[in-house]
Amino acid sequence: MEKEFKHIQAAHCENGATTSLLRYHGLDFITEPLAFGMGSGIFYLHIPFLTISNGPAITYRSMPGWIFNRTCRALGIGVKHKKFSDEIVAQKYLDDILLKGAPVGCQVGVFNLPYFPPEYRFHFNAHNLIVFGKEDGQYLISDPVMETVTSLSEEDMLKVRFAKGPLAPKGHIYFPETVGDVSTEMIKKGIQAGIKRSVREMLYIPGSIGGVSGIKYTSGQIRKWRDKLGPRKAGLYLAQIVRMQEEIGTGGGGFRYIYAAFLEQAANYINQEKLMEVSEDFTRSGDLWRESAIQMGRIYKGRINNEQKDFEVCADLLEEISAIEKQAFIKLKKMKL
Amino acid sequence: MKKEELPQDKSALEAMTRELLYVKNQDGKYTTGLSTGWEVKKDALDNAWDDIHERVEKAREDVRNGIKSPVYYFMELKLMDFPVLSAYTGFWGFTIKRHMKPRIFEKLSDRKLGKYAKAFEISIEELKNFKG
Repeated sequence: MEKEFKHIQAAHCENGATTSLLRYHGLDFITEPLAFGMGSGIFYLHIPFLTISNGPAITYRSMPGWIFNRTCRALGIGVKHKKFSDEIVAQKYLDDILLKGAPVGCQVGVFNLPYFPPEYRFHFNAHNLIVFGKEDGQYLISDPVMETVTSLSEEDMLKVRFAKGPLAPKGHIYFPETVGDVSTEMIKKGIQAGIKRSVREMLYIPGSIGGVSGIKYTSGQIRKWRDKLGPRKAGLYLAQIVRMQEEIGTGGGGFRYIYAAFLEQAANYINQEKLMEVSEDFTRSGDLWRESAIQMGRIYKGRINNEQKDFEVCADLLEEISAIEKQAFIKLKKMKL
Repeated sequence: MKKEELPQDKSALEAMTRELLYVKNQDGKYTTGLSTGWEVKKDALDNAWDDIHERVEKAREDVRNGIKSPVYYFMELKLMDFPVLSAYTGFWGFTIKRHMKPRIFEKLSDRKLGKYAKAFEISIEELKNFKG
C-alpha cells in the first residue's frame, strides 16, 4: 500500500528529518522535541586557538547524524547509512530507493542550494533534507526548516550532495530500514537515556571548554577580545557567535526552548513533576541566550562605539547562563526518572 | 519566550520561508510559532556580509597591484577558505598559497588552472585574465 509522505516543519533540520522519517514509518508519537531530547542534541564546545570563517570555533550541537542515530537506536529501529565516492553510483542509489516509494534523508551543503536565499549560502555542509520522490527529473524535497515542500534538479542535487570541505556529505543518505513496534516502555527508556547522556555531555566533559563550563570559557574569552583583537574584530566575532547561535533554530535560545519543550513532553511519559521545574530553567536560559544576542547586537551594530563594559555585559550573561544550566543538569542528574 | 513576543522583523529568509520556533502559549505550555525574522540576526548576517565585501575588495586591489594572483580573489569571492578550496581542487593548502603568488600563477599549466576554474565555477580564461 502506498503511504503518503507528510511534510513537517521543524526548528532544526536534523530533528525535523528524524521526526518526518519516523512519522512516515508509523511512529505518530514522535515530535521534534522528543527526537532532540532522546538524541541528546544539546551540546556545547568552544575549541580554543581555532577560527572558523574568521571567527571563534564554537559548536552548539552534537555531531551531525547523531540525533537521528541515537533516537532510532533508542526505539529499536534499524538504520541504513550510505556514503559514496562516485556521483553516478550515488544518484542511481537514490533513484532506486525512491522507486520503492519510501522517503530518505540526505546530508547536503548549502552553498549551492538554489532555494536558500543567497545571503544564507555559506560553505556549511551539515544541512539535512528529505527526498520523498522524483517527478519529471526533479527530486521532490521536504526541507525541514521550510514551511512548504520544494524541488531540486538532478544537477543541483548532485552538487549539494557532493559539496566539499569540512563535514563534506559525500552523498550521505540515511533512512530507517526496519521499524518494529515501539512500546511506551521503550519511549520512556529512550527519554531516560537521552537525559542521562546530555547530563554527562554537559557536566562531565574533562577540561573547561565543553558543556556548561565551555559556556563559561566563552564568557571569559569575550572579556579579553576587545583588548586582544581590537573593537572592530571583536565585534565581528560577536556577530559570528549570534549567527551560529540563533540561525534557523540552532544553538543558543532556539535549542533551549526545544529542550524545555522536550522536558515538558517527557513529563507525559515519566511521572516526575520536577521535570516541569527544570523545563522552566531551560526556558529561562533560552531567554537569557536571546538577551545575550541582543546585547551582542548592540555592539556589532554600532561597530566603533563599543566599549569594554559592553563586552562585560555579554560575558556576564553567558556566565549566568552557564550557572543556570549547570544547576539544571545537576537537578536532572539527581532526579529519579 | 511567549508566542506573542516572537519577533516578526524583516529578513533575507523571508523570500524562502518563515522559521519555526518553540514558544509558550497563554497557558504556559510549549507550542510552536512562526517568525519572519529577527533584527538582531539580520544585523549579524549583514555584518558578516559587510566583512565579506571588504575582503573581496581588498583581494581585488591586491590582484590589481600585483601582490596576489586571481586565485586569492576568487577564493574570497566564493566565500572559501583554504580547507574548502583544498577540498575542491585537491591541492594542499601550502600549494594553494604558492599559487597565490602572481609570478608562480603565471606559469601554471592549464590542467592546474582548470581545477581552480572548476572549483570557482568560471572558465580558465576568466581566471587567467582577471586583472582586478
